[in-house]
Amino acid sequence: MELKTNYLGLELKNPIVPSASPLSENISTAKALEDSGASAIVVYSLFEEQLSHESGELDHYLSLGAESYSEATSYFPEHDEYKMGPFEYLDHIANLKNSLEIPIIGSLNGVSKGGWVDYAKNIQDAGADALELNIYYVPTNPNVTSFQIEEMYIETVKAITSKVTIPVAVKLSPFFSSMANMAIRLEEAGAKGLVLFNRFYQPDFDLEKLKVVPNLQLSSNWEMRLPLRWLAILHGQVNLSLAATSGIQTHIDVIKTMMAGGNVAMLASELLKKGPNRISEILNDLQNWMVENEYSSIKQMQGSMSQKSVADPAAFERANYMKTLQSYSL
Amino acid sequence: MEIKRNKITIDGNEAAAKVAYKLSEVIAIYPITPSSPMGELSDAWASESGENVWGTIPSVTEMQSEGGAVGAVHGALQAGSLTTTFTASQGLLLMIPNMYKIAGELTPTVFHVTARSLAAQALSIFGDHSDVMQVRQTGFAMIASNSVQEVHDTAAIAHKATLESRIPFIHFFDGFRTSHEVLKIEELNDSDLKAMVDPNTIYDFRKRAMNPNNPVLRGTAQNPDVFFQGRETVNKFYDATPEIVQNAMDKFYELTGRRYNLFDYYGDKEAKKVVIIMGSGAETAEETVDYLLKNEEKVGILKVRLFRPFSTKHLLSTLPKTVEKIAVLDRTKEPGSIGEPLYLDIVTAISEAMSSEEKPFEKMPLIIGGRYGLSSKEFTPSMVKAVFDNLKESKPKNHFTIGINDDVTFTSLNFDKSFIIEDTQATKCMFYGLGADGTVGANKNSIKIIGEETENFAQGYFVYDSKKSGSTTVSHLRFGKNPIRSTYLIQETDFVGCHLFVLLESFDVLANLRKGGTFLLNSPYSKEEVWNHLPQKVQKSMIEKELKFYVIDAIEVAKNTGMGGRINTVMQTCFFAISGILPKDEAIAQIKNSIKKTYGKKGEAIVQKNYEAVDSTLANLFEVKYGNEITNNTNPKPIVSEQAPDFVKDVLSQVIAGKGDDIPVSQMPIDGTFPTATAKWEKRNIANEVPVWESELCIQCNKCVLACPHAAIRAKVYDKTELENAPETFKFMDARGYKDGSKAYTIQVAVEDCTGCNLCVEVCPAKDKTEVKRKAINMAEQMPLRETERANLDFFLDLPEFDRTKIRVDNVAESQLLEPLFEYSGACPGCGETPYVKLVSQLFGDRLIVANATGCSSIYGGNLPTTPWAKNKDGYGPTWNNSLFEDNAEFGLGMRLAIDRQSEYARELLAKLKNEVGEEFAETIISAPQKTEEEIKFQRERVAELKTKLENSTNTLAKELLSVLDYLVIRSVWIMGGDGWAYDIGFGGLDHVLASGKNVNILVLDTEVYSNTGGQQSKATGLAAVAKFAASGKSTPKKDLAKIAMSYGNVYVAQVAMGKSDAQTVKAFVEAEKYEGVSIIIAYSHCIAHGIPMEKGFEHQMLAVDSGYWPMFRFNPDNVKEGKNPLKLEYKGPKIPITDYIYRETRYKMLTKSNPVRAKKLADLAQKQAEEVWKSYSHMAEQDFSNANNEKNNENQ
Repeated sequence: MELKTNYLGLELKNPIVPSASPLSENISTAKALEDSGASAIVVYSLFEEQLSHESGELDHYLSLGAESYSEATSYFPEHDEYKMGPFEYLDHIANLKNSLEIPIIGSLNGVSKGGWVDYAKNIQDAGADALELNIYYVPTNPNVTSFQIEEMYIETVKAITSKVTIPVAVKLSPFFSSMANMAIRLEEAGAKGLVLFNRFYQPDFDLEKLKVVPNLQLSSNWEMRLPLRWLAILHGQVNLSLAATSGIQTHIDVIKTMMAGGNVAMLASELLKKGPNRISEILNDLQNWMVENEYSSIKQMQGSMSQKSVADPAAFERANYMKTLQSYSL
Repeated sequence: MEIKRNKITIDGNEAAAKVAYKLSEVIAIYPITPSSPMGELSDAWASESGENVWGTIPSVTEMQSEGGAVGAVHGALQAGSLTTTFTASQGLLLMIPNMYKIAGELTPTVFHVTARSLAAQALSIFGDHSDVMQVRQTGFAMIASNSVQEVHDTAAIAHKATLESRIPFIHFFDGFRTSHEVLKIEELNDSDLKAMVDPNTIYDFRKRAMNPNNPVLRGTAQNPDVFFQGRETVNKFYDATPEIVQNAMDKFYELTGRRYNLFDYYGDKEAKKVVIIMGSGAETAEETVDYLLKNEEKVGILKVRLFRPFSTKHLLSTLPKTVEKIAVLDRTKEPGSIGEPLYLDIVTAISEAMSSEEKPFEKMPLIIGGRYGLSSKEFTPSMVKAVFDNLKESKPKNHFTIGINDDVTFTSLNFDKSFIIEDTQATKCMFYGLGADGTVGANKNSIKIIGEETENFAQGYFVYDSKKSGSTTVSHLRFGKNPIRSTYLIQETDFVGCHLFVLLESFDVLANLRKGGTFLLNSPYSKEEVWNHLPQKVQKSMIEKELKFYVIDAIEVAKNTGMGGRINTVMQTCFFAISGILPKDEAIAQIKNSIKKTYGKKGEAIVQKNYEAVDSTLANLFEVKYGNEITNNTNPKPIVSEQAPDFVKDVLSQVIAGKGDDIPVSQMPIDGTFPTATAKWEKRNIANEVPVWESELCIQCNKCVLACPHAAIRAKVYDKTELENAPETFKFMDARGYKDGSKAYTIQVAVEDCTGCNLCVEVCPAKDKTEVKRKAINMAEQMPLRETERANLDFFLDLPEFDRTKIRVDNVAESQLLEPLFEYSGACPGCGETPYVKLVSQLFGDRLIVANATGCSSIYGGNLPTTPWAKNKDGYGPTWNNSLFEDNAEFGLGMRLAIDRQSEYARELLAKLKNEVGEEFAETIISAPQKTEEEIKFQRERVAELKTKLENSTNTLAKELLSVLDYLVIRSVWIMGGDGWAYDIGFGGLDHVLASGKNVNILVLDTEVYSNTGGQQSKATGLAAVAKFAASGKSTPKKDLAKIAMSYGNVYVAQVAMGKSDAQTVKAFVEAEKYEGVSIIIAYSHCIAHGIPMEKGFEHQMLAVDSGYWPMFRFNPDNVKEGKNPLKLEYKGPKIPITDYIYRETRYKMLTKSNPVRAKKLADLAQKQAEEVWKSYSHMAEQDFSNANNEKNNENQ
């Protein structure tokens, strides 16, 4: 049974990769993921805001009220060193690299071309085998056009890929007018892979306090349909590694991802709910399914149900939409 | 080979601590201003594994008081460690008993003391020799340093001398003037320090240590037969000490080339007039003598370095033989003595010598004494000159004072303020800024750059005001080619930087700027517009002095570069650009280098922002040319309103205006007694934005009123008929609960007293249904509202107060209709303590007597110029006093004892006078209940009636009763203070008061650190929190003071957090006061020392409770009588992870950045602790007390 797959040029022992989440925050959990069978791990994200704001905040509150009153010219002891965002993160990457055998994929989350892009190189130097660039941008300014936004993505990817030699995957949102075109342009900008898709955590309302509150919901299984469709559409049209993320919970979901054309299936919610051992269960189930269904390798199934490989390519297009609606008619 | 030593620019505290740390093995301290930084630095070095000269890390321990610190020092010395401590003022006094022991046992040690005033008619944190003069009898040697370099050097000399002489040393230097002055000095290196100390003296010291292998007995009790002889055994050690010290000084000279002697003379070799002085004033005196010598005056000064043991021999050999007149200057006061200590010593020494066979002088010199510089009073060359001028008189004034105007007993000498002898080759610069804008920090950096990157000598001194909100700072920087000896504020400056435009109104910022000097202004107005906006006095001064004028809109530059309100880097860059002290490129490189050093460890982003600020500055800095025309003809406003009382207008306003130095003795209260209700006259106008009430949204919950730390937002319910003359903009609405619509309700903001903290907006629960961001209280720019709201406030304050007897005081909304008698304090914006203090003043203010422990609350409560403690229209209000830090519980108990005694005596007298005043009337007064506002009101009326009756009586008992009559109305005693007092230094006394059963109320304002002295840990500090002396996170849990109090069974105990439940807080305060016995309330007080956005303080309180960190409960022993459990828990245990609370606060969060592994470990422990506390309290609260009352009754039968 051959479970190997190639993602971003990395030879992985199987297609199951824990995506960026708190699971990678401590070494022992990361190790448990590896032991359970994870083939690589995407480390939690280093946020642009973390880099720009955190040090400002720390400085602000450490010096709040200082040098104002003669009896208290400061309120905190001076520490020699603070492991601020990047350093803490880079140390963590290095520690993961030392403790784990599987490839480590660093993750940078940001939207601008600012100084934070330099940290891509730092992440590479810390030992990361690849980098996932998570562009999370909510365009609220009505004066910004879709073209400008797309250009911003492209420029950011160019800025990052010019800094590093390790492969860069781009995790992006599904909200592009022409996703396929965007995929090609990202490839041209230097990306080696796409991660489909970024989940936008939608805020909730607290009606008692009349406040907008963050509300993290773990993903549900139905959410994988969106990446699944786009994997199927993009497979073969771009020379990029493709990863699906959102809603993958079982070996069936992994298989679907592969068949749609994915190189890896990324999981987080399922592992957060059920623990690192869930990977070994999925892998077992996957192997059993492959035995039962007489598949000898993952490669064999990769892209087998992509748009260009299915009998009815329209299933991924408008025609399928019409069918869906009809199936709901009473 | 000449040894190359570093030139460093540090303050006196660091200069002392650097040596003390290097030459010690154990350091035990307790924070006290101005010595605290020495302990803090030592702790920081130890936490970074800094080694002493013998390659080991000294142990640094914070104790619960100075009494504790010196006990630990004594123990460590006895057990064989080289030990030191740092202290000042009352702290040194608390060490006295042990100092006798340490000296009596001939134990070498050095205590480094920042000499500070002792609290007498008032507390003062500033410098003089009052404290050190109180230990001259203990047997400690005493050695003085006059400058930062000397502090560094003398520390080494003292550490050597103590080991050789076996006599313990006090090494002292002037608080603030030297301890906080930043000066460029040459640093001693480890090899210097090692060379100073003879290792054999250390081995001998260790041999004498207590050791079970060689057991000894020390600390015996001796009887009349031998004690006296035993006391005399030490004489030879004292006799030998002066030579030992001189030898140490000689050795030091060999090593460094810097020469010190027991007494150092400076001046004409044949001087006839000599001033003898000790401490930083000697530097100024030396500078002045230089000037006088140039004018061929035969004068000199003698600096006393070794004050104890006093060596007459060395004194006489140092004084010129020609001396005819001597003025001895003491920086202390001993009321009732013939003269101050140094004067008496000099008189005795010279008189003894002159009455011996070998007379050192041809004729007995005339010796006079005088006092100077108390509480860091400026001591300037003009004052030194005045002292010499006095000596010129045929009958010089003796026992004089210099520096003040004593128009009562006429001790003072006149001095000429225009006599200024600043070094013309030095550059002098003054900077006016706000505490919050980083001005001082930037200037400290600047002086470091100049000191360490150029050949210049450099000095920085920083003056802060006494407010914690909107505080202003004035920085004094000198630098130049000559050594700087000016130990006084700059008198004539070359450069003035004004970092905030509005300071032009409140300060005379150009007063000290020389003709042709440079003025840099941070101005919101452009270079074209700025002139017309300058106050008239500034325009006038600029024209007269022909100043060079530069402006920059630093706020804009800072904002555009992401620096927020921190304009420090921008203004620093301007200073270097204009002053030309360094070539432009080099200056910018140095500023950036210093930015990297200061901010680098906090992250690259903050460094980059500062770099951007530097780079954007020069393009926005403009020189402004102005003509000779004064264009602003508006007259300056009076400092306080014309309506203010005379004392406020005549005296306090001068202090407010920064002219307190000019107030003569006759205008000062003789016994430290000041009027209350004075803060309201200050009108500080420090808020840029203030709350505005939107009546149509308001639900009249009064939460904003309760939360306001400054009583700047108030509510009233009043008859609508009162509105007749209301100003046009005065807002009101129908008061809730009056169906007939007869009453109106108003929320009024005192915009001129508001600090703009935003807490009221945060707590306001009423939101606009069509736009939820709009609340019933919103912030708006203050300036456009100032005039109208001033009129509205005046009108509001004149509206009648709501009848206290009609208010349900344990209801939050209604309690806030009570008039606050604690208003407009100078506490930090958004202070977490003052809402509780204000609540006490509302509930019980008209009969309140407060004992206040030293700390934040005593500073915002009682630091001049004004006090927030206020009076109602009848003239009733809180009466307040601060005794000490350590004795506050006892102080309050004493008040209770006196009140109980006097009210009992009044009742006894009234009983004797019942026939005269009416038996029934007397009986009613004697037995009147005074539990409710109504009952108290009736009692007041009866007592007033009684007074009228007694005033017409001829009975002598009537006069006696009149003198104690007021005691017949109940008084509410509140003992208030912070956790440093309650948990640490005052705990012994607090515990005793808890056990006393007396009717006192204790309010612990628990900020969980020593807030007033800058965030040192106390036993209230939470597990995992970072504080000074817990730099790596506190590893032990917070002391459960409430549980200790509950253990007595008969103490009312409440733990409250207003931000979580204002209803519980108000109930607790009312119950505590009602309880006939000891009550203690422990109140969670968010604090600037937590590193939080202060406007979110109440949210943090909520999280503290929800995480289970801060249990909320009331423990009322009276419940037992009803068969109920006295403990009522008012929280639900840990509902959210502790990290959801603690990591919102820098005090916890910073550990995750400095030591993430330990942070995680401590956070886990803190979580466990919260769970265990919940279990323990739940268990207590579940106990069945239904039979407890019966059992008690049975026992009593």
